[in-house]
Amino acid sequence: MEKVITAKNLTKKFGSFIAVDNINFEVEKGEIFGFLGANGAGKTTAMRMLCGLLLPTSGQATVAGFDVYKQNEQIKKNIGYMSQKFSMYEDLTISENIRFYGGIYGLSNDRIKEKTAQLIKQLHLEGQEKTLVKALPLGWKQKLAFSIAIVHEPAIVFLDEPTGGVDPITRREFWGLIYEASARGITIFVTTHYMDEAEYCNRVSIMVDGRIDALDTPANLMKDYSADSMDEVFLHLARKAVRTGD
Amino acid sequence: MKQFLIFVKKEWLHIWRDRRTLFILIWMPIVQIILYGFALTNEVKNSNIAIFDQSQDQASTTISKEIAASRYFNLVKNVHSDQDIGATFRQGKIRMAVVFPVNFRYDLLHSNHAQIQLIADASDPNTANTLTNYASSIINDYQQSLNQNEQLPYTIKTQVRMLYNPELKGAYSFVPGVMALVLMLVCTMMTSIAIVKEKEMGTMEVILVSPLKPFRIIIAKAVPYLFVSLLNIVSILLLSVYVLDVPIVGSIWLLMTESTLFTITSLSLGILISNSAKTQQTAMFIAMMSLFLPTLLFSGFMFPIENMPLPMQIISNVVPSKWFYIIIKDIMIKGLGFTSVWKETLILVGMTMTLLGISIYKFKIRLA
Ligand SMILES: Nc1ncnc2c1ncn2[C@@H]1O[C@H](COP(=O)(O)OP(=O)(O)OP(=O)(O)O)[C@@H](O)[C@H]1O
Ligand SMILES: [Mg+2]
Repeated sequence: MEKVITAKNLTKKFGSFIAVDNINFEVEKGEIFGFLGANGAGKTTAMRMLCGLLLPTSGQATVAGFDVYKQNEQIKKNIGYMSQKFSMYEDLTISENIRFYGGIYGLSNDRIKEKTAQLIKQLHLEGQEKTLVKALPLGWKQKLAFSIAIVHEPAIVFLDEPTGGVDPITRREFWGLIYEASARGITIFVTTHYMDEAEYCNRVSIMVDGRIDALDTPANLMKDYSADSMDEVFLHLARKAVRTGD
Repeated sequence: MKQFLIFVKKEWLHIWRDRRTLFILIWMPIVQIILYGFALTNEVKNSNIAIFDQSQDQASTTISKEIAASRYFNLVKNVHSDQDIGATFRQGKIRMAVVFPVNFRYDLLHSNHAQIQLIADASDPNTANTLTNYASSIINDYQQSLNQNEQLPYTIKTQVRMLYNPELKGAYSFVPGVMALVLMLVCTMMTSIAIVKEKEMGTMEVILVSPLKPFRIIIAKAVPYLFVSLLNIVSILLLSVYVLDVPIVGSIWLLMTESTLFTITSLSLGILISNSAKTQQTAMFIAMMSLFLPTLLFSGFMFPIENMPLPMQIISNVVPSKWFYIIIKDIMIKGLGFTSVWKETLILVGMTMTLLGISIYKFKIRLA
């Protein structure tokens, strides 16, 4: 299989604090890769290095075949990103947000129109094109943000806790969207706190205090730790954590 | 280019949707100018004056009578000493005093010229100017009536003394001052806030992950505020001409060009501030401290720089608004052309290039 993300001894220090500590992993094309860890484990930091938002302190990493140190520009063209903070403009309407993000990725006007119609239909937002994003419930915002993050059909999309704070039904719908995107060949790199979501992933890595302590398919992990659920696996590993997050 | 325009449009939507701020941005300069305008346009009818006639001759009494009879003036007191004049001014009883020297008529008839001193309270410079002009023209009329039957012309020289505010600072210095302040406010504060807001909201991360060039992000953020500022400049100029009667003596195009230059200076400062500020409050605070106060203190429109201690005078040189203020005053009020302001312009251009250079260089492509 083609490797779309590789990390070798990837490390990020903030001063003397090691936020990400020598992590190694590979993500295959089309995979849904879950990136788990307790608060403060270093998930966001690792993801930011892969997206080119942070320069690693040491180690290597490639994204879509490009080097994170030198080929930032090429990486940017091939990825989508949904940040942990909410990433749409609240004072813009739904269609304005789509047009903006489509536009900055260089989509043609026709393509943007087409995409807008398609997204509105897919998300059942008919008639709400002119609604300001701030008027939408959180669950809709997140689904919309995800759809916008992949509006340019990137090779890989990075999702940083995309489903924080919403109910299980909306989360399930969200994962429906993720599966659809995955089926189209988009590689998904997703962080989450919810262990039921971990079970939706092809493979998961579990970060503890900046290190990756486990990495496998959910089924194998459960077997290895003789656990009945990912929750148990996670608790088993996270118990060792010293960091309490921030 | 298309990406750039899309960004500008988005930026414009932010401004447009935040009507309250837009409203303030557009009305603030107008209100400032109008308020000041009302404070200034006092009726110049029946202004109280005093006369100090040390000569008490036929000529001086005739002129005194004519001045007192004019509908512009209201003679409230005949004073008898210089001290008396000072005291009457201090009591706020009069706006102008007319002083005839001893031997006024004698000098006029024997040496063919004499002097009259007009002393005006220039704390309201507009009125002071108008009053002395009216008085001079009455004196002028008298002089002409004398000269009708004479071959050798008599000349009466009026010597004007402005009390309290000898440089006649007022609307004339207020308008360029307000322009500098407003441009600083709109450009520097608003752009820095706009950029920091995206950081706070988290949208900056998403933009930085996109293929947009940081340089374009910066420029796109600044462009809408450039337009708002140009609108402000136009409204300030229109009001100053039509409400405050402060004429634009020099070239309007030169004035607009220099204002645009200063707008860009302010925009680059705003971008620079946004680099170091993490929250909108911080951005606002830095903008206030580093621009607003120095503009008030050092641009010279509130406090004359010449009277400051030397270290302060030196500091004032790095305040862009000081140079802008000089340029605007020279063009607008003195009617000077580019040849007279090229040095100041060059300094502003230099500052702008440096600021823009630093801010673009320092604009963080990555978060850390
Ligand atoms: N810019 C920074 N400077 C200093 N320390 C930082 C910085 N960014 C993150 N950290 C620290 O690095 C650690 C890892 O943070 P990170 O945000 O990557 O964790 P996370 O796994 O995403 O946590 P969460 O689940 O809360 O989002 C935390 O202890 C955090 O305080
Ligand atoms: Mg995080």
